[in-house]
Amino acid sequence: MSAKQEEIRIGFYVCHCGHNIGKTVNCPEVAKFVATLPHVVHSVDYKYMCSDPGQELIRLDIQQHKLNRVVVASCSPLLHEHTFRGACAAAGLNPYYFQMVNIREHDSWVHADNPVEATEKAKALAQAAVERVAQHKALEVKRVPIHQDVLIVGGGIAGIHAALTIANSFENTPDSGKPPRKVYLVEREPSIGGHMAKFDKTFPTLDCAACILTPKMSEVGAHENIELMTYSEVAKMDGYVGNYTVTVRHKPRYIIADLCTGCQDCISHCVVQPEKSPKLMAANEFNEGLDKRRPVYIPFPQATPQIVLIDPMVCLNFRKGVLTDKCKKSCVTACGEKKAIDFTQKETTEELKVGTIIVATGFKAFDSRRKPEYGYGVYPNVYTALEVERLVNASGPTGGHVVLRDGRTKPKTIGIIHCVGSRDERTHKWCSRVCCMYSLKLAHLLHEHTGAEMYNFYIDIRTPGKGYEEFYGKLLEEGVNFIRGRVGEVTDWAMTPEEEGKLVIRVEDTLAGMVRRIPVDMVVLATGLEPQADAQEVRRIFNMSCGTEGFFLERHPKLAPVNTFTDGIFIAGACQGPRDIPDTVAQAGAAAAEAMALISRGFVEQEPNTAFILDAECSGCKSCIPLCPYTAILFDEARKKAYINEALCKGCGTCVASCPSGSIVQNLFEDDQVFSEIHGVLAYD
Amino acid sequence: MKYSYFPGCSLKGLGRAYEESLLPVMAHLGVEVQELPDWNCCGATAYMSVDEGRASVLAARNLAIAQRMGLSVMAPCSACYLVLNKTQHNLAEYPAMRQTVDRALGAVNLTLKGEVPVRHPLDVLTNDIGLEAIRQKVTHPLRLMGEVTEKAADGTLVRRTGVRPLKVVPYYGCQIVRPYATFDDKNDPTTMDRLIEALGAEVVTDYRLKTKCCGGSLTGTVPDAGLRLVYILLKEALKHGADCIVTVCPLCQYNLDAFHAQIASRYEPVRIPTVYFSQLMGLAFGLPARELGLHRGVVPMPALAGPEAVAAAQPAVA
Amino acid sequence: MEITRTIKYEADRVKGFGREVMSVPGCEQLESCIQCGTCSGVCPMSIYMEYTPRQIMELTRSDFKKEVLTSNTIWLCVSCYACTTECPREIRITDIIYELKQRAIKEHQYPRGFPIPVLAQEFSQMVYKNGRVAELPLVMKLFLKTNPLAAMGNWRMGMDLMRTGRFTLASERIEAREDLQKMLDAIDAKQG
Repeated sequence: MSAKQEEIRIGFYVCHCGHNIGKTVNCPEVAKFVATLPHVVHSVDYKYMCSDPGQELIRLDIQQHKLNRVVVASCSPLLHEHTFRGACAAAGLNPYYFQMVNIREHDSWVHADNPVEATEKAKALAQAAVERVAQHKALEVKRVPIHQDVLIVGGGIAGIHAALTIANSFENTPDSGKPPRKVYLVEREPSIGGHMAKFDKTFPTLDCAACILTPKMSEVGAHENIELMTYSEVAKMDGYVGNYTVTVRHKPRYIIADLCTGCQDCISHCVVQPEKSPKLMAANEFNEGLDKRRPVYIPFPQATPQIVLIDPMVCLNFRKGVLTDKCKKSCVTACGEKKAIDFTQKETTEELKVGTIIVATGFKAFDSRRKPEYGYGVYPNVYTALEVERLVNASGPTGGHVVLRDGRTKPKTIGIIHCVGSRDERTHKWCSRVCCMYSLKLAHLLHEHTGAEMYNFYIDIRTPGKGYEEFYGKLLEEGVNFIRGRVGEVTDWAMTPEEEGKLVIRVEDTLAGMVRRIPVDMVVLATGLEPQADAQEVRRIFNMSCGTEGFFLERHPKLAPVNTFTDGIFIAGACQGPRDIPDTVAQAGAAAAEAMALISRGFVEQEPNTAFILDAECSGCKSCIPLCPYTAILFDEARKKAYINEALCKGCGTCVASCPSGSIVQNLFEDDQVFSEIHGVLAYD
Repeated sequence: MKYSYFPGCSLKGLGRAYEESLLPVMAHLGVEVQELPDWNCCGATAYMSVDEGRASVLAARNLAIAQRMGLSVMAPCSACYLVLNKTQHNLAEYPAMRQTVDRALGAVNLTLKGEVPVRHPLDVLTNDIGLEAIRQKVTHPLRLMGEVTEKAADGTLVRRTGVRPLKVVPYYGCQIVRPYATFDDKNDPTTMDRLIEALGAEVVTDYRLKTKCCGGSLTGTVPDAGLRLVYILLKEALKHGADCIVTVCPLCQYNLDAFHAQIASRYEPVRIPTVYFSQLMGLAFGLPARELGLHRGVVPMPALAGPEAVAAAQPAVA
Repeated sequence: MEITRTIKYEADRVKGFGREVMSVPGCEQLESCIQCGTCSGVCPMSIYMEYTPRQIMELTRSDFKKEVLTSNTIWLCVSCYACTTECPREIRITDIIYELKQRAIKEHQYPRGFPIPVLAQEFSQMVYKNGRVAELPLVMKLFLKTNPLAAMGNWRMGMDLMRTGRFTLASERIEAREDLQKMLDAIDAKQG
């Protein structure tokens, strides 16, 4: 409906924003000036327009003065355009008859030293808005439906918790007539569980990690609302909020999943036996390479799903991943009637349609070889924290016996070096948040297992969580030697007879004020957390950004930690930044709640500032189509005209500017509107 | 291949054996070196302790002279190598310093534009000449007559006199790998290790002190500290059963070579010869020992087994 | 048993000293020192120093000028750069210590007869005069000025060096001595 037929009645409000604007810009003067402009029937200044009384003012004035256009000169539209549009709508006025002018970020805040000119500028900007708003048209917000299914990428504790939270909210009654709602959980490893599955105990409670995790893992595996896709990766994502089409790649296990019972007879009968052919075994990834596994294996005893898989790079039936069929396949014989092994299995892809996505892909541990000073890989008895987690674990490579690399010797002194790779300009500037706590935990566990003398070398002891400082106190009582001094080097060069055959840590004990040499049998490196190696590829797939450190970027560090800049896509857990399990679970719940909020509402509202093509004027030249960054423009071959998918259009204006025949128009940025605004600014003298 | 050559004060003085061996070795490899005409002292660490501006000027004058010759500079002495490189880094990073130095150079009509590559001989040998070319020039692989342990046909270990490779500890010292590790790794440099191997000698690969400081001038000024640092290096070399230590720096060589009497009286005797890598190269190329300055070592190098001795004895290692 | 009282008042600080040192190009990073102690841990000389490198950094930053410039720490630094290589904040500790050495010499704040600053000054003077350094004459001069008896103690080394032909008392001089002096003086001409 064009308002050109009826008289235009503009209401103008200039906000003091307390001192923010009022101190520099003379607001009453601006209001007085604007009152002189054509079509302006009401012009006032006010202290805080965004407050309840301020909004009420707009509402009352619209009714009282029969306003059909509103302009507010105040702060950034990003902050309160929505607020004022809402006030207009509440009074029955189409919210798109509203225009906002920024005289704070664009004026008072940047011209604080020049109040006279700042006021003039405010007047000019206000005139521009007033002339523009006269050209505004009524627009309607579009509703985009949200698909009910959810995709969760990453099956660590974050993904698991989010999956269960959402899946438990779905009430899929068989006779509802509606398709059942699903949570797809995609995990690239053969089992869910993530890093937490590798830990022995968790701080500060010293709960057994597997004991608290595996029930959740089983629940996921058994949940009727969760479709678990392990050994799978997301290859591609298309679409927009509420309507994502995701292509998932399923890597071949060479096992028919439905037929495998998890009996593991194939594993015990595999021709590659540790006693006979140890060189043909592969490094056991789950045990951080501390022991070996066969070509056919299950990642760890509590793996979910309980399905084995075959590694084509090591299996004798393959050669470098290509099937040769030369092995006698004792595994197939052992499998017997179940016939679950299929060497011809190929990678498959599947398309999923979901409305929201939660990315919970976790972290990667810092590679200790980047700090050669600590001797990892050079001296055998230097370990990473994850290796030690497996060492102390009862289901680990040594059955929980802490012995050195020779497999026999029990260490009598152990040194734990904090901040490996973290708080370091040369590797990672950030603090990895969990290492102090897990170093305390490992100090406790190692002492418990070996009775060894423990030394922790730290810069600061960071205990930010609930019960964490108390845990530190407990370690102090256990007699752990805490030495405040960052270790520069680990060496096996002995200066005294006591140091022979040991690893020596030379460090300045900064608190006691002396340089010390401490010989230890075993060195543990508290490696930091960093983004996954393929974080950049993953973020591109999901249209997300990464921060400077490489972790996925949240929409706002304080107020939107699980949202991304792409609507409908959320992040949770360590992929967003280093964090411990309680915070990860909290974030997973938060992301689940955000996803569920979208789902339960059922739709998102789309800003109407989309572009549309004037059919009559489109010449079918197709210049606009390749320019659209959101691939929102399509071509109707029958009519030889282009048309825009409003749901994908983000209103960037590229096609509008490029159309040679000027047949693309953008709502809220029509030529008349833009030119009036320019005219208004220039007209002001 | 041609380089300008910046010897530095030490290579004309206490470290003359370095120059005496390096120049014939370079010539033997077909590399031309031309000494910087009328070069001045680089300032080493001492001048930097007094005045940074002046110290930079000292280095810059030499760089300007080299630039006029249009050649990259080869600087064998570790201190000179570091000072020249550090000065160039600073001139590139700090415009104020650049201005000051330019002004000083301008006072005597010298200019320095951009950067002059300053290379260490190990860098030139490994990257420009290549270890393969060096290997081909080796006519006298470094061998010693000595005690060798072998496995006999029946599996028992037998000790006899034979020929074995010279066992060498590669000692890099600090200043060619820190703070600028341009041609080698700063934690575990291996250019010299690979060079020594190419000469047919056996390298002690786990000498953990290969980049630890020898104490520099402290052996003279604060012997309590300096001599101990030297003692540690020598003792560890002996512990690894080495025949000699090979070094890249004249001050390191002097420290490791000339203080044995004091170290023996303070701590214990730890006698082992220390030579320059260029001297070992010269020996491997068959150049006469006298012409390589080997007589200048306070602790003499043992005589190596020549090809005839090797042929005569039953070699333990093929 | 001697009891001493050590307390530092604000009056003991030379306000602005730290800032002054940090304003020298190359020394700015000192501001972000977290006192982790890595420098002292890898420094081969820290066990001989009256203040460790870490402590000197803190004292400098906190304006304790006298303590810093009169310490033996700055002179015992051998510029091996181990600290600079390992510092997680990329502070150029060795270069800061050079800066402190220069200040100590300019303000004559070092113990009389302490050989290292004397050596540095003798070295510079010889270079200024001749353009090059002759090691043995330099060392002789150093001993004469600081510890003549020590020269005697080194007689055996002197014999060894003579025997191997490394002992020269001749000085090395360059042709362009005047030019060099002109260049070095040009530094002082303007605040440089």
